[in-house]
Amino acid sequence: MRVVVNSFKRSFISVKRDTLTPLKAKEKTRLNSSPLSISLAGLQLRNPTALASGILGYSAMSLQSIAEGGAGAVVTKSVGLTPRIGYPNPTVVQAKCGLINAMGLPNPGIDEYVHEIRHAKAVLTVPLIVSVYGFSAEEYAKTAQKAAEADADAVELNVSCPHVKETGSEIGQNPQTLAKVVKKVKAAVHKPVIVKLSPNVTDIIELAEAASEAGADALTAINTVRAMAIDVETAQPILSNKRGGLSGPALKPIALRCVYDLYEKVKTPIIGCGGITDWRDAVEFLLAGASAIQIGTAIALQDPAVFNAINRGINAYLKRKKLGSVKDIVGLSHRS
Amino acid sequence: MSASLTAANTLRTTRILSVKTENPTTKTFTLKDKLCAKAKPGQFLMLWIPRVDEIPLSIMNAEDNQVSVTVKAVGEATKTLHKLKSGEIVGLRGPFGNSFTENHGRILMVGGGTGTAPLLFLAKKLSAKAKRLALVIGAKTKSELLFLTQLDALCTKQNTIAATEDGSYGLKCLATEPIEKLLNKEKFDMVYACGPEPMIREVFDLAEKRGIALEASLERLMRCGIGLCGSCVIGKYRVCRDGPVFTAAQLREVKDELGISKLGFDGNRIPL
Repeated sequence: MRVVVNSFKRSFISVKRDTLTPLKAKEKTRLNSSPLSISLAGLQLRNPTALASGILGYSAMSLQSIAEGGAGAVVTKSVGLTPRIGYPNPTVVQAKCGLINAMGLPNPGIDEYVHEIRHAKAVLTVPLIVSVYGFSAEEYAKTAQKAAEADADAVELNVSCPHVKETGSEIGQNPQTLAKVVKKVKAAVHKPVIVKLSPNVTDIIELAEAASEAGADALTAINTVRAMAIDVETAQPILSNKRGGLSGPALKPIALRCVYDLYEKVKTPIIGCGGITDWRDAVEFLLAGASAIQIGTAIALQDPAVFNAINRGINAYLKRKKLGSVKDIVGLSHRS
Repeated sequence: MSASLTAANTLRTTRILSVKTENPTTKTFTLKDKLCAKAKPGQFLMLWIPRVDEIPLSIMNAEDNQVSVTVKAVGEATKTLHKLKSGEIVGLRGPFGNSFTENHGRILMVGGGTGTAPLLFLAKKLSAKAKRLALVIGAKTKSELLFLTQLDALCTKQNTIAATEDGSYGLKCLATEPIEKLLNKEKFDMVYACGPEPMIREVFDLAEKRGIALEASLERLMRCGIGLCGSCVIGKYRVCRDGPVFTAAQLREVKDELGISKLGFDGNRIPL
C-alpha cells in the first residue's frame, strides 16, 4: 500500500464549506502552473492529462492543436513497421453511451512516420509519446527503436488493439508473449516504455505484473472493450470489420475498476484511460490510483479544449480541498 | 455537447425516396430523414451503403423531412449506390460540419464538377436576399456542368459564366480564367467556392490578391466524420469538424497543403 499524507486526508474528511481567500496575480500564475505538474516514468508533464492513442495523432499539426487545447502530453496513433490502410468504412459507429471503432491500425509505417515525429518534436512543448504495434516482439522493438531514434520522448506499446489479428490484444492477452515483447523493446530503447493494457482478459493484474516485471515504466489502463453493433433493417453488422472496440462514457466504470485493482497490486505508475469526459471523471481516476489520465472519445464531444476544461476543474478541486499538488490525490480512495 | 453527437444522431437506416439522373455519371438521391432535413448549405452527411462502405456526401437540398445528395459514380461505393433504386435501404449519420455564412452583399459563387451541389443549396437561400449573385461554373465537358439551369435561374440576370475544358459549352478554358476577369472588373463582398481543390487554391490566390472574403468547402478522405480519427486533417484543422467550409483566414494557415496534398488511407501525405 502507498502512504497518504495525513494532513491531506483531513481536508477530504471535513464537511465544512470550503473557504477560499483571493490570490494575488503572481500567486495565481504559480499555482496555475505548478499544482497540476507531475513526473511520470521520467517524463515531466505540465498537467496529468494526455491525448489517448488513436485519436487524431497522425500529423504534427493535429498533435499541436491538442497540446494547444491543454494536453500535458500527446500519444500518436499506433505505428507499425510497414504501412497499413486500415479497414473500409464504417470504421466508427455510435452506441448509446460511447463509440465502437475498428479502424484497423491505419498508419504510414515507421520509416515514413519518423519525419512526422521529428516535425512534431520541433513544434511541441509537451512530451511526445509514440504508440507502436507489431506482429512480433522483433517488430515492436524495431519500430520502437526507430521512434526513439527520431526523438520520441517515450513509446507506448499497443498490446491491446482488439480488432486486428496477430497483434494488439492477441499479444497483450498472454503474459508470456507480453513479457517477451516488453523485454525486447526495453532492450532496444532507452526511453520510457509504457504498456497499454487490454480489458479483454480474465485477470488484468496478471498481465500488468508480467509487463511490470519485464520492465514497463508505466501502464495505461485500458484500451477499448470488444464490442459490435448490428443494423436491424438490413440485419448487417455495421462495422466493416464486424467487431470493434467500445470507447467513451460506457467504459468509465470498467476502466476505473481496472485502475483501482492495478493500484492495489502493482507498483508501476498507472495512466487511467476510458470514458473520461470531465474533471470529475479525471479526479475519480486519480483517486483510484492513476498518476495521469488519457482522453480520446471526449474530443468528439467537446473538441481539444476539453483538456483545458478538465485541468481547470482538477485545479479548482485541489484548491477546494486545500491541496498543493495533484500528486496528493493519487490513490487516495484506497485509504482505509 | 455538440449537436452532431447527440444520442439522436446515431446511424439510422432509411429508404431512398427517389433517384434522379442528373447526367451520365451523376445522380441525386433523396432520402427521408428528419435530422438531415434541418441541414444548412455546406454541411455533409455520412451515407452507409450496407456491405460496401460509408462515405461523406455534401448535402444538395434539405426540406420537408427530406434530404438530397448528388453523387458522381467514381469508386466502388458510389458505383454501388448508383445501382440502388427508390425503396432500397441505406444508412446515414449527420448532418455534420459547419455551413456557409449567408452574406447578402455582392456574391460570386464558383463551382466545379459536383461542387455545384452545395452551391445550389446555398443559392436557394441567397437569391432573394443578395444584392448581386454571380456564378462561374466549370466542368470537363458540357454534360458535367451540373445544375447549370437551376443555378442560372437563381442568379441575377446574365451573370452565369460556364467554362468547359473541351469547349463543348461556354468558354473553352478552366473556370479560373473568367473568375480573374470578373474580379478585375467589379467588386464582390464574398466568394463562395466548392469544387476540386486545385481550383479552390487558384480562387483563394485570386481572392487573396484582392483582399476579397472567401469561403471554400474542402474535401478529404474521411472515416469517422466526427473529428476523432484524423483522416481528414489539413494543417491543424479537421475538415469534418472544423470545416468543411473554411474562411480565407483559415486557408491562409494551411497554404502549404491547400491544393497540394492530403492524407491517404494509411495517413501518409499524397499529392492532390
